[in-house]
Amino acid sequence: MTVNFATEFTTSKGDKLSFNTGLFINNEFVEGAGTIDVINPTNGEKICAVQAAEEAQVNAAVDAADKAYREVWSKTSARERARLMHKLADLIDANVDEIAKIETLDNGKGIAFSKGYDIPEVSKTLRYFAGFADKLHGKVIETEGKLSYTRHEPIGVCGAIIPWNFPLMMAGWKLGPALCTGNVVVLKTSELTPLSALKLAELVKEAGFPPGVVNIITGYGHIAGEKLARHPKVGKVAFTGSTAVGRLVMKAAAETNLKKVTLELGGKSPNIIFDDADIDQAVAWAHKGVFFNHGQCCCAGTRIFVQEGIYDKFLERFKEYTSKTKVGDPFEQETFQGPQISQVQFDRIMGYIQAGKDEGATCFMGGNRLGNSGYFIEPTVFTDVKGSMKIMQEEIFGPVVAVSKFKDEADVIEKAHDTTYGLAAAVFTQNITRAVTVANKLEAGTVWVNCYNELDYNTPFGGFKQSGIGRENGEYALDNYLQIKAVKINVEL
Amino acid sequence: MSLTTEFTTTDGYKLTLNTGLFINNEFIEGSSTIETVNPSTGQVITAVQAAGEKEVDLAVEAAHKAYYGGWKTSNPRERARLMNKLADLVDRDMDELAHIETLDNGKPLTDAKSFDVPGLAAQLRYFAGCTDKVHGKVIETQGKLSYTIHEPIGVCGGIIPWNFPLAMLSWKIAPALAMSNTVVIKTSELTPLSALRFASLVVEAGFPPGVINIITGYGHITGDLLARHNRVSKIAFTGSTAVGRLIMKAAAETNLKKVTLELGGKSPNIIFDDVENLDEAVFWSRLGIYMNAGQVCCAGSRIYVQEGIYDQFIEKFKALAASGTVGNPYDEKTIQGPQISERQFDRVMGYIETGKSEGATCLLGGNRVGDAGYFIEPTIFTDVTPKMKIMQEEIFGPVVAISKFKDVDDVIEMAHDTDYGLAAAVFTSSLKRAITVSNRLEAGTVWVNCYNQISENTPFGGYKQSGNGRENSVYALDNYTQIKAVKINIGL
Repeated sequence: MTVNFATEFTTSKGDKLSFNTGLFINNEFVEGAGTIDVINPTNGEKICAVQAAEEAQVNAAVDAADKAYREVWSKTSARERARLMHKLADLIDANVDEIAKIETLDNGKGIAFSKGYDIPEVSKTLRYFAGFADKLHGKVIETEGKLSYTRHEPIGVCGAIIPWNFPLMMAGWKLGPALCTGNVVVLKTSELTPLSALKLAELVKEAGFPPGVVNIITGYGHIAGEKLARHPKVGKVAFTGSTAVGRLVMKAAAETNLKKVTLELGGKSPNIIFDDADIDQAVAWAHKGVFFNHGQCCCAGTRIFVQEGIYDKFLERFKEYTSKTKVGDPFEQETFQGPQISQVQFDRIMGYIQAGKDEGATCFMGGNRLGNSGYFIEPTVFTDVKGSMKIMQEEIFGPVVAVSKFKDEADVIEKAHDTTYGLAAAVFTQNITRAVTVANKLEAGTVWVNCYNELDYNTPFGGFKQSGIGRENGEYALDNYLQIKAVKINVEL
Repeated sequence: MSLTTEFTTTDGYKLTLNTGLFINNEFIEGSSTIETVNPSTGQVITAVQAAGEKEVDLAVEAAHKAYYGGWKTSNPRERARLMNKLADLVDRDMDELAHIETLDNGKPLTDAKSFDVPGLAAQLRYFAGCTDKVHGKVIETQGKLSYTIHEPIGVCGGIIPWNFPLAMLSWKIAPALAMSNTVVIKTSELTPLSALRFASLVVEAGFPPGVINIITGYGHITGDLLARHNRVSKIAFTGSTAVGRLIMKAAAETNLKKVTLELGGKSPNIIFDDVENLDEAVFWSRLGIYMNAGQVCCAGSRIYVQEGIYDQFIEKFKALAASGTVGNPYDEKTIQGPQISERQFDRVMGYIETGKSEGATCLLGGNRVGDAGYFIEPTIFTDVTPKMKIMQEEIFGPVVAISKFKDVDDVIEMAHDTDYGLAAAVFTSSLKRAITVSNRLEAGTVWVNCYNQISENTPFGGYKQSGNGRENSVYALDNYTQIKAVKINIGL
């Protein structure tokens, strides 16, 4: 008996959305071990239930992927891999409207962002990596009496565990490099935001990917995610999420088959504004830096350091700029900030706001819930903070920023580095020497100068210190999905 | 207390051995001592200082201070100059270093002089040449100037094994230093001496204090401390797969330091019936398993011979294996020294027993040689089946299992019947077969018509559970680099 998991949903604006709620394994939508309710964060109501994967389904997905790799994908030409990836990108573009609405429905991000950024980024990422498929070069190395060369080979079955903050974009960041290098994928989405990837799954099949090459399953991290991280046939796992869970993934790999692990974890990124900065630019970028995506951004600029001389001016203009933030129904075009993803996250952030107050920081603006349905929080600014406070040390992952003063370069670099994270940082200055030397000194995987949150599919992204291992995007991402074989042929020895 | 000792080898060579912990360019006392044994005789050579928590902290702090105190931003020409100078000193003291290596590890002196010590110098020179060729990228992005910087990581820990003490030391420190990292190396408690003698050369070459630190200690104490240390940003480990897991877990449980692992192997050596020259295949196969008394991670410990030439191969291989001199490593005629320790000796003999009890035929060897030291005869098992312990588990001794195979699909399946994937070899005269089989084999290195050809400029590392990351060649630099993207707004 084939059960049809196709479903429809009509949004508050009257848009009819269709998507499938099954597990996507071997190009089919199948039943899971149970179901998980998907909640609309805008109003706290249930959207639908999706099939959830437990051990048996993870095994089925991995087996399908393994078979597809051995029998089909490892024999598929680079040109064909690229063609399929381009086709998928084309289908995403053709359906951007519907997919964006699904993303906004499930995640709560403003429709302007889903349609103008998240979804287009997926097709851009796929096209970028498609272009690499036939450009994976080994080396020929001079050795005595031998012809020695290296092959850059795929690993095989790659597991990917992605978060809920940029659901489809994160899927693209994993699928792009994995597929172009000849690997097959089992992607586990977040149980909070499964829908857009399930829509993508329909397009994967329509594009003509052979069954088993791309498998997309919904499941809880501690169940399906754990099984994937421990599976003996999975040669590599890529995880994006919290540092705490990143540790569990790495341990799981260590305890089982020592699969390769890359991690994209948390951050507490410093945004440093020198007194020779263009203040209005700094204000606008600082706002985007922390309030973009409702603060649910691993590289958010959550600690702003402003040089003494312009501190008061910056704060005044930042308050004015922030007070104009449009928080509301994400299906409205002008909405900048939608709800936080869930009740759990909402409570967590409100808890941090309380901790900020309890520890003696000044709640300069915001700090309250907005409305009484859904999980909306006012853009919140703390001042009079100390480096050791929770709100300065721990990742809040919400629309909450801490603003501090600094004296000079040496002072602020020390403060900026007072963290176990190292994902990103920013410097605002108009002086070239300062821009380059401060960027050199900052211990972060990405340093922005006079901007923030400028992510591109072709520049590497990843953490120093406990913010992660490995780089995503750009040519550097390919390394995560390749293993090097040296072939050494004796011709004279 | 004296941190040096005098020792005269059985071939009359006078050695001055350092026995302290090498931290901040000085030899200091440790929390305890460990005795190191001469595996050729079973006698204690001397006791060396061992590092406990206090000394590990001292070493890491020294490395941390040196890193931020100038090494991180040092001029690449200067790093290269120091590394080349160190290599020159290694060449100058080649004889002494080789003697210490043979004393502590038991490997034939001829091997130490032709491979181990020259390999150390070659590694240093190769990576010295890399210091000023570390290139980021400039990437086209809208409205911005975007570029990447390939930065060092910081304090890098290295935990090295006892089978190639000096070579393994160089594989860890050379790429790390080239990329401006500082290092804390924990040697094996079984073979601490050559690295400590090398440490004197580090001072003589002029390395700033704290850039290179070398400490002795037990894996489960000193190694664990290093793997868990909050100020160590990367750990590289070479050793068993079992311990590799512990290292990765230790990193996960503490500061998520980057981890690279060089683990075990059970590498297949495949001999087709169209082999160009059977005597050569036999020569390489013998080198493949008996070199270093079988104590090589990429040893060709499973030989597969195509049916048509099986009997011929066995006859020639048996004769060649039996002809090698096993004994005093200082003797030029010796090609195989002792196993490293009594424990390893017992382990290997245990596997030989298991081979017999599981029903394999012990065609050659299987016994101890002499009654002093840990010498084992070159041993051959035939009539093996894939699931036997001697076909699945890494023995790390002079024991090989030889099987027959029908055709290429048959042997590839058998070759892949393992959790390991470190190396493999193919013997054939056919161009097509050489390329297609090497393409198919799941291993980090595939040799064609040779074995154990390792050099500083070709990558080495494992597929599957044989490890993560590659050592040697420019690929190794990736392990000691972290990428920073800088994105400067000029038009947004």
